[in-house]
Amino acid sequence: MPTLKINGIEVEVEKGMTVLEAARFLGIPIPTLCHEDALQPYGACRLCLVEVSNGRKTTLQASCCLPADDGLVVFTHSARVERARKLLLEMYVATCPSSKRIQDMASAMGLRECRYEAKHETCIQCGLCVRMCEQQMMAGAIGFSGRGVNRSVTRPFDMTSELCRQCGACLFICPVCESRCQGPQAESTLCNGCLNISTVCFQSYDNAMCFLEPCHACEIGGPFRADVGVKPRSKDLTHIVGK
Amino acid sequence: MLKLKSPHEIKELQLCLEASETTRPCISVCAGSGCKASGADNVIASLRKELEKRNLAGTIDLKSTGCHGFCEKGPVMIVWPEKVFYNGVSQSDAKDIVASVMNGHKPVEKLLYKDPNTGERILHEHEVPFYARQQRILFGNNGKLDPKDIRDYIKVGGYHALGRVLLDFTPEQVVESVKRSGLRGRGGAGFPTGVKWEALRKSTVHPRYIVCNADEGDPGAFMDRSLLEGNPHSVIEGIIIGGYALEAKEAYVYVRAEYPLAVEHLSVAIQQAEKAGLLGDNILGTKMSFRIHLVQGAGAFVCGEETALLASIEGKVGEPNPRPPYPVQKGLWGKPTVINNVKTWASVPVIINKGADWYASIGTEKSKGTMVFSLVGKINNTGLVEVPMGITLREMIYEIGGGIPKGKQLKAIQIGGPSGGCIPASMIDLPIDYEALTQAGSMMGSGGMVVMDEDTCMVDVARYFMEFLEEESCGKCFPCREGTQRLKDILNRISQGKGAEEDLELLDDAGWMIKETSLCGLGQTAPNPVLSTLRYFRDEYEAHIRDKKCPAKVCRELIVYEIDETICDGCHACVRVCSSDAILGEKDKVHEIESAKCIKCGACIEVCQPKAVLVH
Ligand SMILES: Cc1cc2nc3c(=O)[nH]c(=O)nc-3n(C[C@H](O)[C@H](O)[C@H](O)COP(=O)(O)O)c2cc1C
Ligand code: SF4
Ligand code: SF4
Ligand code: SF4
Ligand code: SF4
Ligand code: SF4
Ligand code: SF4
Ligand code: FES
Ligand code: FES
Repeated sequence: MPTLKINGIEVEVEKGMTVLEAARFLGIPIPTLCHEDALQPYGACRLCLVEVSNGRKTTLQASCCLPADDGLVVFTHSARVERARKLLLEMYVATCPSSKRIQDMASAMGLRECRYEAKHETCIQCGLCVRMCEQQMMAGAIGFSGRGVNRSVTRPFDMTSELCRQCGACLFICPVCESRCQGPQAESTLCNGCLNISTVCFQSYDNAMCFLEPCHACEIGGPFRADVGVKPRSKDLTHIVGK
Repeated sequence: MLKLKSPHEIKELQLCLEASETTRPCISVCAGSGCKASGADNVIASLRKELEKRNLAGTIDLKSTGCHGFCEKGPVMIVWPEKVFYNGVSQSDAKDIVASVMNGHKPVEKLLYKDPNTGERILHEHEVPFYARQQRILFGNNGKLDPKDIRDYIKVGGYHALGRVLLDFTPEQVVESVKRSGLRGRGGAGFPTGVKWEALRKSTVHPRYIVCNADEGDPGAFMDRSLLEGNPHSVIEGIIIGGYALEAKEAYVYVRAEYPLAVEHLSVAIQQAEKAGLLGDNILGTKMSFRIHLVQGAGAFVCGEETALLASIEGKVGEPNPRPPYPVQKGLWGKPTVINNVKTWASVPVIINKGADWYASIGTEKSKGTMVFSLVGKINNTGLVEVPMGITLREMIYEIGGGIPKGKQLKAIQIGGPSGGCIPASMIDLPIDYEALTQAGSMMGSGGMVVMDEDTCMVDVARYFMEFLEEESCGKCFPCREGTQRLKDILNRISQGKGAEEDLELLDDAGWMIKETSLCGLGQTAPNPVLSTLRYFRDEYEAHIRDKKCPAKVCRELIVYEIDETICDGCHACVRVCSSDAILGEKDKVHEIESAKCIKCGACIEVCQPKAVLVH
């Protein structure tokens, strides 16, 4: 069985495991956006990066796709990893400021500002929906088309495919389909309320959007107040499931 | 041609071909893509006509060859056996050329290369400064052989290395030779080829595959095309030797479909090699069987990346996949696969023929052999050059390239294709070496070399390349897809004078992050143009941001066109060329530019004789 070192801890793993799995086995959290246990790794979001040394070179590699090979020396939270992850998340926040998953992750990483213009993309192309539909729902109703800036999740001929059985799994798994908690600040700033339990957003919120991950602020803060009517941004999801 | 039945027969055939070699003069005209574009086909046709007319078809041979590298001066040709080098030949010169051969080879003076410095006419190719400093171990035969005739290749010693390998080498010994030669991949990353082959041999899985990467997606790069067009058998021979060393039975050559001539010459060469018993079952009567398939990729730039290329051969979307597993572990259809560049394969027979130690004696400590560059931009001699590793940029630019045109100053050299970095003129003594270039913030890449003069704005250069890379990013992974857009947006802002001081730090941060986190080599190198210009030309960025000025006077939003009233003589020439009616003034009176209407096209500057139009 391969033996590798993660953050100085020696760990023996089963052959075929990934570094991400090995780290989780040790209880080390690594953030991910495009990984789901039941789906094949894809390596697109790059958030699960870890610093890996193979003796010759030290590089950052996506742990979700990296086989836990014998002799690897891995650091999951080195200064280089943290810096890269934080800078990456900053770009994510700017691209999809309304994704709660992304905002929460950025907050947890200690990101306090975002220097890019907000873009409001409806998709980060993590490929979860496509893989979910193909590998779990066995439908293959959606896929990627186009290249670069023009790449997107599409349905054949842009129509609801006959293959789609409207199971909703793609929506369920999408990390961007949730709206962020929308505080009174500019969209590119991070609320961080969840971290420090000072609930800036509560006072101005008329709709609970923080229902997926446990948000301490929501739990402790009690009923929402509706005095300031900031409506959550509704997302156009027709690009995934059709009209 | 008869089927060769043993490795010994190659040598015999070569001797036989050499013996039948007559002393007949031969005019070999370059019919590479570059010279075709400047009219080589017509030149060949009129030469043929002339020969027929004078009944000389059996007395003087006429041959179409591959690219000689000096395409800029095309069509070029060499007249054998005197090896007289002609450039810039046109249809009407056919008569003179044929006449000169008949008159005891008195050269046609006006077609000889003229040294721009001395004005002297130069007789032979190797004396032309452009060629003098080159070492053409891969491209040297291009001017000698007809790519569609396997006998020409065998005559210059072709397939000799294959014969030797089959007779005297074990597969391990071939790998060992390649390893000892120090050859590194010529497709970009520079991975040691022998080490790659050795890694494949560690696997016990069969079948194994060989792939030749001829995707060549860099704009402006045409080395692989020229080699496939001009000497396809050298690549095929390398691949067969690879097949022997790696115990593979099949190889795929992935050529971009935009290279019809390369595809044609390669298919002809494969057919001829099959007929000659050099490919197929029981090669040269041995137990080895090997086939080469041709795959045409209508691919994007990113399809040249090895994992994307393999996916594309398998019929999947041409998007990169994470490595490991590397292709040598799990490649084509999940089987161990070695993928190398065209020039890497073509280097293999040279190493076998001349010996690993000979090859390793060329170059620097860690970069061995020769590298092929396409030299373009603000330089006198553009073209395709093959130089020994370790040669300095100064020698490249001033000796081979003949310096910067119009007496301008050199500003920077961008090396390595679209995602190469810009090296400032102050580092002109840098040697061509994988490590040295990487350390300087650039890379060897595939060998693109763009020379820039003082009129180039480095912010604009960075912006231009980011635009290209944004379009070529496959979009699979976030940092590259989104990051290239963000970098481009910020650079656009700066070049429009809307940049902020903080943007520089943001460019640095984002560039670093994209390099570190992207999935494949495209994203991992994409920020190079930005990061290198930030490193060496920061003051130019600052001028755009702080002073809202473009020092090179390129960025349109930051320049103003004005007419100096003390110089303008009212000739009215500028008014006639201004497409946006921005110039006011009556004839013989001082003219004036209405800046609101001016689109900054620069047309007025070109026509103003007294140089009254100024740019600020
Ligand atoms: C975006 C991108 C484009 C590439 N294009 C080419 C190409 O056109 N030709 C090539 O030989 N290698 C190309 N490569 C490098 C290949 O991935 C691979 O490293 C190479 O073919 C291996 O052969 P070598 O070791 O002989 O260089 C490219 C890499 C990247 C990341
Ligand atoms: S709803 Fe349709 S597209 Fe979405 S996962 Fe289910 S089958 Fe696939
Ligand atoms: S729609 Fe959602 S799940 Fe699908 S690729 Fe985009 S972000 Fe990922
Ligand atoms: S309550 Fe505030 S802190 Fe918690 S998730 Fe909502 S916005 Fe974020
Ligand atoms: S780095 Fe760019 S080209 Fe490579 S996989 Fe990612 S998006 Fe595609
Ligand atoms: S730069 Fe072009 S548009 Fe402007 S004045 Fe001159 S010719 Fe006219
Ligand atoms: S071309 Fe020059 S000199 Fe003539 S009118 Fe225009 S600015 Fe004046
Ligand atoms: S979780 Fe590994 S790249 Fe997305
Ligand atoms: S094509 Fe003729 S010299 Fe290049």
